[in-house]
Amino acid sequence: MSEMRGPESPYNFAYLDEGTKRMIRRALLKAVAVPGYQVPFASREMPMPYGWGTGGVQVTAAILGRSDVLKVIDQGADDTTNAVSIRRFFAKTAGVATTTRTADATVIQTRHRIPETALTEAQTLVYQVPIPEPLRFLEPRETETRQLHALGEYGLMHVKLYEDISRHGHIATTYAYPVEVAGRYVMDPSPTPKFDNPKMDDCPALQLFGAGRERRIYAVPPYTRVRSLDFEDHPFRVQRFDCPCGLCGAEGVYLDEMLLDDTGRRMFICSDTDHCEERRAAGHVGTEGA
Amino acid sequence: MSEPLLQARGLSKRYGARIACADISFDLDPGEVLAIVGESGSGKSTLLSLLSTELAPETGSVSYRMRDGVLRDLASLSEAERRALMRTDWGFVRQDATQGLRMAVSAGGNVGERLMGLGDRHYGRIRARALDWLDRVEIAADRIDDPPTRFSGGMRQRLQIARNLVTTPRLVLMDEPTSGLDVSVQARLLDLIRRLVAELGLAVVIVTHDLAVARLLSHRVMVMRGGRVVETGLTDQVLDDPADAYTQLLVSSVLAA
Repeated sequence: MSEMRGPESPYNFAYLDEGTKRMIRRALLKAVAVPGYQVPFASREMPMPYGWGTGGVQVTAAILGRSDVLKVIDQGADDTTNAVSIRRFFAKTAGVATTTRTADATVIQTRHRIPETALTEAQTLVYQVPIPEPLRFLEPRETETRQLHALGEYGLMHVKLYEDISRHGHIATTYAYPVEVAGRYVMDPSPTPKFDNPKMDDCPALQLFGAGRERRIYAVPPYTRVRSLDFEDHPFRVQRFDCPCGLCGAEGVYLDEMLLDDTGRRMFICSDTDHCEERRAAGHVGTEGA
Repeated sequence: MSEPLLQARGLSKRYGARIACADISFDLDPGEVLAIVGESGSGKSTLLSLLSTELAPETGSVSYRMRDGVLRDLASLSEAERRALMRTDWGFVRQDATQGLRMAVSAGGNVGERLMGLGDRHYGRIRARALDWLDRVEIAADRIDDPPTRFSGGMRQRLQIARNLVTTPRLVLMDEPTSGLDVSVQARLLDLIRRLVAELGLAVVIVTHDLAVARLLSHRVMVMRGGRVVETGLTDQVLDDPADAYTQLLVSSVLAA
């Protein structure tokens, strides 16, 4: 049963023991069968703090095979601490190939972004989720939120959006924007910017969500309808940016604001570092690109 | 003769060995206001919880005439049906407004919640109806975006009423809605409740320890003691000419101002 990397390795393939992986896979199968439904699972202690992606790491460990190519992003970037640590963790415990190129990856673990490059059927996107319950801030009782999900009573979710409009004049929720999956369950898409919500709809890739501290797994199977909640007179809209990426000139992508010096100079650049690098390699140059 | 809207039969509930309600039966007609009076610990609030299905009775049943005219045992409803009934055709005004309101949500959101629960997805329409209801319970329109934490006790109770009545229910349960308010605020709230009840033809079960409230609002009174109904009848009759010894004591205990 145990599948060691080699006789000298103290770790099972991808760190978790096979029994645990099987337990997680069972939860994943149920999650795929009931899109958007939060499946409880016996989350394990991982060698990293909660909030660093313990849920995503467990899901990745459970689905990873020897021939997989892993990409890990954190806020769109491949080179931040969280992304680098998790990539190295799996390179070490599973010995799988890793990449920063979206097109080359078969498994992409992500924190807070969906890559700009369109995903394919051959890919699986694994989200790290801090708080899986979209109703949590309005209804603190877990027994009650489960009841609301079971009966499909989602009026409360609109109360939150109502509050947004009454306070700000428009729906001011910009991340973790609630979605309805396959016409049934309302789901928290994890703290991705609402800019990425349309990419979840009818996506060819399998999308898996793992919340380690809250012990929940949920999923959106390929080609599933994902609809962002809204009002008839305040329809869902994504963020728009006034200028293209300063480095690669890309438009219609999600941008990060960078402060350049202490006189307030700033530039906007692609949040998806791989997308930006590939465009620059192909010869695209933005206004600030060197 | 109209058919009863609500029918309670042989309701009993104990907490351990202590009897909270014993064998309580009554009918409530559409548009009728029934006051349940008695001192603290007489089982009034437990009875209200039994009626609202928040507590399950040990024996007995509660039946309600649904909008289609069929009298149904509430225990036989599915969870989804029961909850739908509670948030459309019923209202529950609580003694403690913090339990009946969402304190972190604005007044408009509180009133609009039931509408959104019923599937209304038009912000402008929801807001217009919230404004209309705030006006009807005498809350100024410019307070619509304030959370109830910034409201006085009387305003909170009025907001609770608006939140419950926005779906035009046919039955409202009230648990000591005026206690804890000073007398002038109480008087205004009672006036408001009386007006709305008459306007909308609401049936109400109101629990109170204040006989003046019962006198002002109700058509009929049920007097409880130790979990049992000791006397029931028309309000004036019971309060002016009590037959039971305990009711006589209760009536004579009221201080005249």
